[in-house]
Amino acid sequence: MADPVVAIIGAGPAGVRAAAALVAAGVRPVVIDEAMRAGGQIYRRQPDGFTRSYTDLYGSEADRAKAVHDCFDALHGHVDYRPQTLAWNISDRRIFTAGPDGQQVLPFDALLLCTGATDRLMPVSGWHWAGCYSLGGAQIALKAQACAIGRRTVFMGSGPLLYLVAAQYAKAGAEVAAVLDTSSMSASVAALPRLLAQPATLRVGVGLLRDLRRAGVPIHRGITPVEIHGDADRGVSGVTVRTSRGDALTIDCDAAAMGHHLRPETQLAELAGCDFAFDAMVRQWLPVRDADGRSSQPGVYLAGDGARILGAVAAEAAGELAALTILADRGYRVSDTARQDARQAVARARRFAEGLARAYPWPHEQTSALGDATILCRCEAITVGDLRRTIAETGAEEANRAKAFSRIGMGRCQGRYCGLAAAELIAGAVGTPVEAVGRLRAAAPVKPIAIGSAGRCDR
Amino acid sequence: MRVAEAGRSPITLFVDGIPAAALAGDTLMTAMLIANRSLRRSEFGGEARAGFCLMGACQDCWIWTEEGDRVRACSTPAVDGARLSTRQPATAWPTRS
Repeated sequence: MADPVVAIIGAGPAGVRAAAALVAAGVRPVVIDEAMRAGGQIYRRQPDGFTRSYTDLYGSEADRAKAVHDCFDALHGHVDYRPQTLAWNISDRRIFTAGPDGQQVLPFDALLLCTGATDRLMPVSGWHWAGCYSLGGAQIALKAQACAIGRRTVFMGSGPLLYLVAAQYAKAGAEVAAVLDTSSMSASVAALPRLLAQPATLRVGVGLLRDLRRAGVPIHRGITPVEIHGDADRGVSGVTVRTSRGDALTIDCDAAAMGHHLRPETQLAELAGCDFAFDAMVRQWLPVRDADGRSSQPGVYLAGDGARILGAVAAEAAGELAALTILADRGYRVSDTARQDARQAVARARRFAEGLARAYPWPHEQTSALGDATILCRCEAITVGDLRRTIAETGAEEANRAKAFSRIGMGRCQGRYCGLAAAELIAGAVGTPVEAVGRLRAAAPVKPIAIGSAGRCDR
Repeated sequence: MRVAEAGRSPITLFVDGIPAAALAGDTLMTAMLIANRSLRRSEFGGEARAGFCLMGACQDCWIWTEEGDRVRACSTPAVDGARLSTRQPATAWPTRS
């Protein structure tokens, strides 16, 4: 009998640890990853010819980053590694990929999705000006290219990345004009008991705050974003917010990094037929999975931030756990102790994530205060007012219906950056709970591929 | 703005025919944004765009080679001598005959 095909999509911390666990059991997995080198976004590697140390690149997480890189490098020859390859569809238990070898179709027996996350964005007036980036994007500029997004950068939004990236910029010698946090100090205090589930991670966070204060960076909490100033030619020139006391505060800058923590990349799970459920804590529809990483679809497994945002430490554990589950489901003998340890690590991260959701809540209520002229869809310049008019005129109360009438979610990013805010806007305008609005359906290809190439497959 | 790693080998790109100094290991986005404030113009609002997510998800950083191929600047390495266009070359679009 031929060996089963076990495929892993994504070579971040979850995918790498899963591949290692499969190889240890004598299985040779296919590892499909869009990046040139393994590590994911969190442990993204700098190109050849760059010389910064692990400590410079990853700070307190240097040892973890190196361990994940070393782990994957040691698998060389034992995995069918396909870098720079986009998995753009899953259908009928086959993965459709586009990569250096062109289009391929890979039938699988077991599939582990480790698709990672992108930034969760709340639109702000002016966020389409050149020089405005996601927090994750600002971090990648520094990590992978040794560049700051501007000479003087404002960091605005909430969540752990807000402080992490700002502190990394300050440490690298880039000017941080301010950190503007929509969440309040009292929310952080209330979240402390849950954040103590991962005391080491909490200590890192406290250290970031201390570093920013020492660097003299102004930090404002409980702000409400008002506008990112700029113009069509020169891009970003400043940021105005309302402080917690209600005063207007304007800060000059030539770049702004923004975001509210992360959202999972769930498109492939949806195309694979996985059931989704609404999660009230993060106000998102997430793929359903059991404690060991099984989705609702037999043979399809989920791990890491692509299923639920639990962070890189938990992603390593969840990746290993899902791989062990695949092995167990296929009749291999696997260590109960290893599975139990991984389950506990994921459970601790879940409690910590509950803390983060309380400390840095998604400010969904801001959507009702957004002005009609604010761009909601950066891809196609569709405004908040356009969507409000569509809802009023058509009565569209469901996300995909509103998309059909307004084109919200139909642009080149396929709703990744406007979809969550659009759902909140619809819910606010119609007066229904956001879960009733549903979610934008995933569509293949999950990212743009060259016209014509989808039909040219080696079957 | 570069904050480190400035000792790499120099390379030259041509953006809309104008030489742009860059370094080996730069992405097209880095190389182009060191030379200019933006990568392209929005087809919808006309304003300058300079990318957004840097991880291949937002597709804001599309530019073109002079041959007309579309590339994502954030995830494409810069190669010495590459000739790029901030506008979609007219020849790339099928025209009515």
